[in-house]
Amino acid sequence: MSLTVLDPTGEKQAARRAWLDRPEKLEGLTIGILDISKTKGDIFLDRIDELLQQQGLKTKRYIKPTFTRPAPLELKQQIVRECDAVVEGLAD
Amino acid sequence: MDWSDGIIAVVKQDCPTCVLVEPVLQQLSSGETPLTVYVQDHPSFPSNVSRVIDDCSLEHSYHLNIETVPTLIKIEAGCEVERAIGWVKEEWCELTGAETLGADLPDFRPGCGSLSVAPGMVEKLELRYGNVSFCSRRIVIAELEDDSEACFDRGWSDGLPVVPPTEERVYRMLKACRRDPAEILGAMPPDLVSCTVEKVAINAVMAGCKPEYFPVVLATVEAALDPAFGLHGLLATTFFSGPMVIVNGPVRESIGMNWKGNALGQGNRANATIGRALQLVVRNVGGGRPGGVDQATLGNPGKYTFCFAEDESTPWTTLAEQRGFTRDQSAVTVISADGVQPFVDQISREPEGLVRSMAASLRVVNNVKSAGAPDAIFVVSPEHGHVFDRAGWSKEQTTEALQRELQIPGEQLVRGAGGIPPGMSDSVKGMVLGKFRPEGLRLVRAGGEAGLFSAIIPGWPAIGEMGCDPVTKEVFV
Repeated sequence: MSLTVLDPTGEKQAARRAWLDRPEKLEGLTIGILDISKTKGDIFLDRIDELLQQQGLKTKRYIKPTFTRPAPLELKQQIVRECDAVVEGLAD
Repeated sequence: MDWSDGIIAVVKQDCPTCVLVEPVLQQLSSGETPLTVYVQDHPSFPSNVSRVIDDCSLEHSYHLNIETVPTLIKIEAGCEVERAIGWVKEEWCELTGAETLGADLPDFRPGCGSLSVAPGMVEKLELRYGNVSFCSRRIVIAELEDDSEACFDRGWSDGLPVVPPTEERVYRMLKACRRDPAEILGAMPPDLVSCTVEKVAINAVMAGCKPEYFPVVLATVEAALDPAFGLHGLLATTFFSGPMVIVNGPVRESIGMNWKGNALGQGNRANATIGRALQLVVRNVGGGRPGGVDQATLGNPGKYTFCFAEDESTPWTTLAEQRGFTRDQSAVTVISADGVQPFVDQISREPEGLVRSMAASLRVVNNVKSAGAPDAIFVVSPEHGHVFDRAGWSKEQTTEALQRELQIPGEQLVRGAGGIPPGMSDSVKGMVLGKFRPEGLRLVRAGGEAGLFSAIIPGWPAIGEMGCDPVTKEVFV
């Protein structure tokens, strides 16, 4: 006889998550750079910033209050408002 | 269900009283009032009765709310108007209107338990015939599939076998609390999925919990979901830490938890499965899995399960008391925890020396050069505890003495000091720093009577508002 069990998972997760659409090119876009407040992350992101600016791209910098928690909703919404793409950087 | 007017008798052949009254049922069957007999085990019983209905499914017994057989019920206008339980000659005569019944029988014989209330049967019948529904998806495991392997295959396991969460098992778990199964306890990280009482029950079943543990599991999940606990970061960290559960109050004894020998080890079902249930909820409901959001470099064995009770038979205040609860309240505290670091002192017999010895061992938590974080728990064993008890030292006094011994000159903590490269910046020179923040060292009592060994359990270095603070919640049994 078959056995019926109840799903222990959140169920809201799709089997696969779709990626957001990637920009075809970066020209003319504003690139957000999010520092998650982990030690030395700023060194890594400074270099990313420099490389993007060398390509003539506009960048904006953001910092999470702490790496231990998800970014506050306000910060996420601010990035959405102000940027076309975002680089989230981690270094340790 | 609809019942036709007349008399209903519910019996089973396995009941000596039902066998005793067989002639009475035969007599009633030939009377004017219609008699319907529902039999729970053998449809051939009772003999020579015209209307016998097979109730081996127990559906009728369930709907009639039968607890004892024989039960005699009078139905008028489709409704029950009178009921006699067991064999009480006078009551049977009154109910049926017969002048005499079973003249040769004794006046009274108690009945037997109805099969519909046999252990484990109640939930089966409530699920089959009652008004029970679940919000969660039903997943059918094929006949040829091994149920335990099926749970592994679906990614529901922490690496050890889980108990398949059948509807009956989940329903039994849910019945152990008075909460609405659809109640949302919070958003479970990292996926921030609504975590319902029902989802916790499913995972508690899989962890191996008995239903009586469920109120403790619920309080544990509620504590872990408190924003102050910072579960998101804790489950994601590269560090060793995971959540540890300490239980206080009467529930410890009620559900048979262990705070004695091997309290931090294996072998006690409640300790083992309550801690595991929390981790399975994180894994399955929140989606926090090793290699995914859980990026631990090494982890620690406590991430399977880490739960124990405090020994409350000592003169010391309990952890829950320190956190605002009384001894007659049951409470769980969740704290971030790494592995166990042994503390051995078989020589100190006075509290002053023992405190210095303990402090020196605490100095090396994470690194001898670190100060200010993480927090740590010191699990003081009975033999070490007796040293403080004999001298009349309270938990608070002992903690203060330890903190005094753990004030460290900055010169010892800077980079390079002692020939050890890591450390703090030179700016701490001339300062005195606490190894732990003022509230960051917590003593609890547990352990077996023999052994001058205690345990240091450090936690996650991200503490306070920017990390993880312990959270205590009351257990409502």
